[in-house]
Amino acid sequence: MTASAPGTRTLNPARLTRIGAVLAIGVVTPLLFPAYQSQATELLLFIVFALAWDLVGGQMGYTSFGNVLFVGVGMYVAAIVQVGLYYDVGLYNEAKGGGTQFVFDTSQFLIGLGLGLIAAAVAAGLTAFLLGPLVLGIRGHYFAICTLGLGIAAGQLAAGIPWIGGGSGMLTPNPPASLGDVGLLLYYLALSLALACTATFAWLLSTRFGLVLNAIRDDEDKAEAMGLPTRRAKIAAWVIAAAFLGVAGALYGNQVRFIDPTETAFAGATIGVWMILMALLGGKGTLLGPIVGAILFQITKELFWTYLLGWQRVALGVLIIVVAVFFPEGIVGYARARSRRSEETP
Amino acid sequence: MIGNLLILYQAPALGVQLLIDGILIGAVFALAAYGMALVWGVTNIINVAQGEFVMLGGFVAVFCAEHGLPLLLAVPIAAAVLYALGWALFRLVIVHLIGRDMFISVLATFGIAIVLQQVMARLFGAGDRIVDSGLASWFLFDGLVGIAQVKVLVFACCLVLGAGLTVFLQRSRAGQAIRAVAQEPRAAAVLGIETDKVYGLTFALNAAICGAAGALAAMAYPIHPYGGLSYTIRSFMIVVVAGLGNLAGVVWAAAGLGVAESFAGFVLGPQYQIAFVFGLLVVVLVLRNRMLRRQRQYLR
Amino acid sequence: MRRSQSILSILACALSLGLAPTSGGAAEVITLGAAVSQTGKYALNGANTKNGYDLAVKAVNEKGGVEIGGERYDLQIRYYDDESTPARGTELAERLIQQDHVKFILGPYGSGLIKAMLPIVERYGVPMVEGNGAARELFTKGYRHIFAVLSTSDQYLSSAIDLVAEQAKKLGKEPKDITVALAMENDPFGQDVRAGVLEGIDKHGMQVVIDDQLPPELNDMSVTLAKIKALKPDVLVVSGHEKGALTAVTQLKALKVNVPVLVMTHCDSAKLAETLPDASECAFCAQQWHASLDYKDRWFGSAADFAKRYKETYGEDAPYQAAQSAAAVLVYADALARAQSLDPEKVRDTLAETDLETFFGPIKFDETGRNRAKPMVLTQIRDGKYKVVSPKKWATAEAVIPRPAR
Repeated sequence: MTASAPGTRTLNPARLTRIGAVLAIGVVTPLLFPAYQSQATELLLFIVFALAWDLVGGQMGYTSFGNVLFVGVGMYVAAIVQVGLYYDVGLYNEAKGGGTQFVFDTSQFLIGLGLGLIAAAVAAGLTAFLLGPLVLGIRGHYFAICTLGLGIAAGQLAAGIPWIGGGSGMLTPNPPASLGDVGLLLYYLALSLALACTATFAWLLSTRFGLVLNAIRDDEDKAEAMGLPTRRAKIAAWVIAAAFLGVAGALYGNQVRFIDPTETAFAGATIGVWMILMALLGGKGTLLGPIVGAILFQITKELFWTYLLGWQRVALGVLIIVVAVFFPEGIVGYARARSRRSEETP
Repeated sequence: MIGNLLILYQAPALGVQLLIDGILIGAVFALAAYGMALVWGVTNIINVAQGEFVMLGGFVAVFCAEHGLPLLLAVPIAAAVLYALGWALFRLVIVHLIGRDMFISVLATFGIAIVLQQVMARLFGAGDRIVDSGLASWFLFDGLVGIAQVKVLVFACCLVLGAGLTVFLQRSRAGQAIRAVAQEPRAAAVLGIETDKVYGLTFALNAAICGAAGALAAMAYPIHPYGGLSYTIRSFMIVVVAGLGNLAGVVWAAAGLGVAESFAGFVLGPQYQIAFVFGLLVVVLVLRNRMLRRQRQYLR
Repeated sequence: MRRSQSILSILACALSLGLAPTSGGAAEVITLGAAVSQTGKYALNGANTKNGYDLAVKAVNEKGGVEIGGERYDLQIRYYDDESTPARGTELAERLIQQDHVKFILGPYGSGLIKAMLPIVERYGVPMVEGNGAARELFTKGYRHIFAVLSTSDQYLSSAIDLVAEQAKKLGKEPKDITVALAMENDPFGQDVRAGVLEGIDKHGMQVVIDDQLPPELNDMSVTLAKIKALKPDVLVVSGHEKGALTAVTQLKALKVNVPVLVMTHCDSAKLAETLPDASECAFCAQQWHASLDYKDRWFGSAADFAKRYKETYGEDAPYQAAQSAAAVLVYADALARAQSLDPEKVRDTLAETDLETFFGPIKFDETGRNRAKPMVLTQIRDGKYKVVSPKKWATAEAVIPRPAR
């Protein structure tokens, strides 16, 4: 049975129980396994990365190698708001530190974080809105490489702006000791984001909008000829994905606490490619695929980084090659093909 | 930035320096772009690991220099090593990518790039290296313009290699087979050309070209395990601007890119040089799309 | 539901692997954790840092280790390679604390890497004593777990600028007519050195004619040098770790650029005087420490004793990076003994109260973790040796200005 088939949005008891179970696991995990809290947070954010990529790449067929651009924008904008509300950002980032002590109390930190997340969504969405008309007309591999260029150029540009720390990066505000474990707060924020993202996308894909996106993927010229609003749909998908990526980026920046322009914010060679790999691993073009892919990827990556330190990128590269060449349909795609075949044989 | 422009205005000889520097490194870009165009035209695969092949060639040269071999000998050695690697990679990975979705080939070659990056970092350390050629510089304009002799040597070698390649493709049987497959694979197959072998040969040849380019580059410019991506992007840009199959265009575009980078690095500041390259890529593609769209509208 | 079953089993495997206990070690050993740059652009100084750490651990253990609650503890260090990359440093800091259960961190090399690891040590309440991160911005964000034994970067070259102002007559100019060219690496250290230099320049009314911020790769200064040929400044200040010093000196010679006063950081760790005595003649070098200074402590003896021991062990002259790294270990030895505890927070509090004389210099941390008690040293390379020219009480030679043309 296809859970994400458009038009079949029934909320039967089976579905409700499944959603409830997922919610329960999500809420309880950091309390049961506190040692894995930050990895779990990272996983939730990766799920959002993968889902957002898939909206544009899998559902719409515009494989972007530069979605990391929005992650970085969200990360920096949130940090700027978090610091900028109370201190001069340039002074905060100046190598000599300006002589003042930049300390944040509980309310400052929380308000900053909240407004920062909102600003991240807006900024990322706006960036997508402005870039969309320019870039979404480009097709196929040219689009892929173009977005790669965007992602990496953004990182290099950010590294050249001293106001946000330049090449030496920017620290997000140090949470006050009175707040206790900020990691837990970030976890629940990430959980909420992941759930919101999944729900939003599930709904979007069940509407006509989802059909338009798939039509663009299947044959854009025909869709245009049929009179579908392709241009608007493309930009809309791009903006929605960007907004989610921005917020996820903002949370990621606060999780890692140190924003390096080329390695954390606009990390084209790492996070940028990982989000594609996750969607591909799980199965692009499906709702469940990116989620499954993200979980599998995160586990694999942690294993590689722990046990193959020093060769972990080689292992990852090999994984990318194997997945790209032999499993381009991903796990969910593969499982579906299997179940379809077993259905067909009498 | 204004300050830098003023300096250029005050000392125009500096402009000559930047121009010459740009053209000299343009030759290396042209060679790498030539290889990429070859693979793209024949197998329809964009090799995202192109820059890593170049870096690897450079490291082979570093290795040779450390073991006391004469400088120019490193070039054929690097070409040979990379040819073998290219052949191996073709058999292992690339052969599965022929005829498939472009996205798959980009992702798979990206995977190869990542593997090569870390392997190079493990074998040679993560710092950057350069081969000391021991050559001096010529000075013009009262010492204001310095032309490193080794850069001229690299430039000349690239030209020679490029010319040799063109002759190979025009005259030799293998070269003609490659061109035939590029034009029309099915017809070529019908005529008895083994397309699989041609694909493999093309990919390995490209790797060898990159290896030679890298070995040459290492004599004058620093080599770094993670420095490949900017070469890949440059090659891609040059090929996109010149168009597949346009050799003269590749040369001009490469020279133009080299000069543009050189001036941008000076005027905008060295920290923006890489951003300039990638930004230029975006601009080129957007403009190209605009032009194509206008053409598409004509047809309507 | 085969798919979810396989996912669950993979998850279970991963969890069990991750929960497996690591290291810990014997009860008589205190493990300090260190991510240093063994590869990458800081590999050279990463090696110096490691050498300093190792030598100090040996010296401390020879003198009885650390005594806590009547029990004797030896020090040992667990190392990882941060590849000179901040993101890597962050991963390794997490790994040291979470998986290796290390409670005391020794800092990496470089302000950039320390800046990346700061949030991690702060989050887990683990103190970090470092000897290689001098940027002032590390100390203004309210982090309580960082302790730096070295002088901050703003002090590096201020004495050089003062010296130039003092001796302006030798250049035939007034201090306010002196022109300065800056070539600084775009990282926290380089930018902070630049801030300090600019403060000095403003004080004397000098002018900055070139202000280049070089990308961290810093392998080619020809653009800056071309500008220098055009504008002919009096002073060139270079700060780009060893790479910067090496590149500057070799390219100045290769491109035949003559600057009357050359001021750099990191000359001694780049071994300029030893390997390029001609190209580096008369260059001024900022150093955190010099073997001729008259400090001493109970583990190494005097500064000269440390230099001798270092040379015997590693076969080369001790760069100051090794000395300051060794001092970091000594600080831990002292603090652990005073705390009489292995609890990270207690040790952090005793670290904050450190008031220790070491072969490297006096160490006393202010409330932000900076060592306010130790001055910087300025040397000049003469005939392949570093001669101290400032502060006056340790000066062994007169400063030579301008540099003879080569």
